[in-house]
Amino acid sequence: MDFFLQLVINGVVVGSIYALVALGFVIIYKSSGIINFAQGEFLVLGAYVCLTILSIGRVPLVPAFFLTLVFSAALGVLLERLILRPLIGEPVISVIMVTLGLSSILRAVVQGIWGTDTRPFPPVFPSTPVMLGPVPVSQGYIWSIGSVALLLVLFSAFFRYSREGIAMRATAFSQQVALSMGISVKRIFALSWSIAAIVSAIGGILLGGIRGGVDGSLAFLGLKVVPVTILGGLDSIQGAIVGGVIIGVLENLSGGYLDPLVGGGVKEVAPFVALVLILMVRPYGLFGKVHIERV
Amino acid sequence: MRCGEFRTTYAADMAIFETPLARWWVGAFLVLVFLFPLVASNYWLDVINRIGIAVVGAVGLNILTGFTGQISLGNAAFLAVGAYSTSAVAARWDLPWPITVPLAGLITALVGMVFGTPSLRLKGLYLAMATLAAHFIVGFVVVHWDSVTGGVNGVSVPPARILALVFDSDKSLFYMIGSVAVVLVLFAKNLFRTKVGKAFIAIRDQDVSAEVMGVNVFKHKLLSFGVSSFYVGVAGSLLAYQARIISPENFPLAVGIDYLGMIIIGGLGSILGSILGAIFITLLPELLRLVTGALTGILPGTVQLFASMRMGVFGLAIVLFLIFEPDGLAARWHTIKNYWKLYPFSY
Repeated sequence: MDFFLQLVINGVVVGSIYALVALGFVIIYKSSGIINFAQGEFLVLGAYVCLTILSIGRVPLVPAFFLTLVFSAALGVLLERLILRPLIGEPVISVIMVTLGLSSILRAVVQGIWGTDTRPFPPVFPSTPVMLGPVPVSQGYIWSIGSVALLLVLFSAFFRYSREGIAMRATAFSQQVALSMGISVKRIFALSWSIAAIVSAIGGILLGGIRGGVDGSLAFLGLKVVPVTILGGLDSIQGAIVGGVIIGVLENLSGGYLDPLVGGGVKEVAPFVALVLILMVRPYGLFGKVHIERV
Repeated sequence: MRCGEFRTTYAADMAIFETPLARWWVGAFLVLVFLFPLVASNYWLDVINRIGIAVVGAVGLNILTGFTGQISLGNAAFLAVGAYSTSAVAARWDLPWPITVPLAGLITALVGMVFGTPSLRLKGLYLAMATLAAHFIVGFVVVHWDSVTGGVNGVSVPPARILALVFDSDKSLFYMIGSVAVVLVLFAKNLFRTKVGKAFIAIRDQDVSAEVMGVNVFKHKLLSFGVSSFYVGVAGSLLAYQARIISPENFPLAVGIDYLGMIIIGGLGSILGSILGAIFITLLPELLRLVTGALTGILPGTVQLFASMRMGVFGLAIVLFLIFEPDGLAARWHTIKNYWKLYPFSY
């Protein structure tokens, strides 16, 4: 029973990180209908930039954190202006490919500047674990759960009540109608890419702090959260959170119980098996907008 | 004198070669290509063999993505299926390559059709996700099915042969890969002159209208997955014969993305485009290697940056093509050709 509880709690905390990254996915999809395969690279870039500001600038953590967010916002605006804007109205394959190309470029930039070795990240969180029932959980995870919860509330409110949020939803529904209502679609895109970059950077910094180091392999999370977003529904913020936690628990449970039977690797593949099943049964996910189109 | 090109029959519209002269040009080009090994060094033979394999794979992916409109991110997985089935079949029953290569293609076609079934319900982005899942699931099977795949250590492939004729040098592999590529490219070119090929294109352009026009959409989507995976499987099989040792490291997700890059840069929905794209993407790292090699004298350390530079240039090429030439190299080629066709009087 303890083993089970351990797995579930680990799953929840890992899932909270997934949720954070998935949030970036969902925000871009919600406003522009684009899946951003470069999300993982945003994460790595955010972590490295924060690390550089910390080590070279000798800036304390909190200002460095906010400087990173400013950098991420600028990056989002820049990418929208240079890459996404010319592709407004192009077919899905072009947009998917451009984000894949973007991820190659960003990875190359990161490797060119920071190399491929793991860089140690200064300890952000106190190392004494917190006891959650019988299970010790490191404080970094508690922080990540907290920030995910905070961002969930923040963005739900943002999309429901703020002018910008409503304009984003309108843009996602139909760019043409949004334009004719006087919404600047370009500005909305820039805004959503900035938000996505910021959220990813937060995820990157949290992960860097938790793992105590940054390297390019963090970018793998960008693909790992694909099942999360599909499970939760591509256009649902609650979905990203719930999906993140479910997938996190699922992979820990399946890894914990099935790995000894087949010899490892179940943890990595289980989310994708789930992805196929979800796509077969309920492609719009748990909370996604049901958009029925029969062929 | 006739200036320009006027088609007066449907047959002329459907012809593979627009003019009789074009047929001769292509023939002459093929003869030149097949004479290439007489002068080429082993390095360039190896490069051109990889181009040949890439052409087969890119044509296959273009059938699915460019002509039928179904996005696949799982190409690396299908390459792996083709490669591993070759090793399994060739090692076990000692068959000649004209049997093992198509057999590997057929096995891959079956696997591709299994992963194509979600296309019954899914479109666009969602289908891309399903094929992404296919990549990870096949990867898992490859690592864990030790008896066939050798797990993480990989498995060796016996050299390709027909009876006593062994294809183990770059030169002999060149003729093997070249002949397979020519046959498959011709087949693909002809496919789109048939009813099935036209149905693929109709599905890409508007699936609902295609259904209304009497095209069985699901059947043709599956068929497209099958044909496309057959090509990719054959490419995987040739890859296995060329590499001789295959392991999961040969088939990372990036390989599938490279193939997507080929058809984007070459031109979606164009056989010529697949060929040009395959050449472009395969030559890109070789040219970069030459450049970095030349630069080491001036800027030491460029060699260490090679891997990331390759990635960066690849990404940049894709982004630039998508923004400035979305129809790819094939469209550029047609523009240039049309300019020269009416040369001093073009406007």
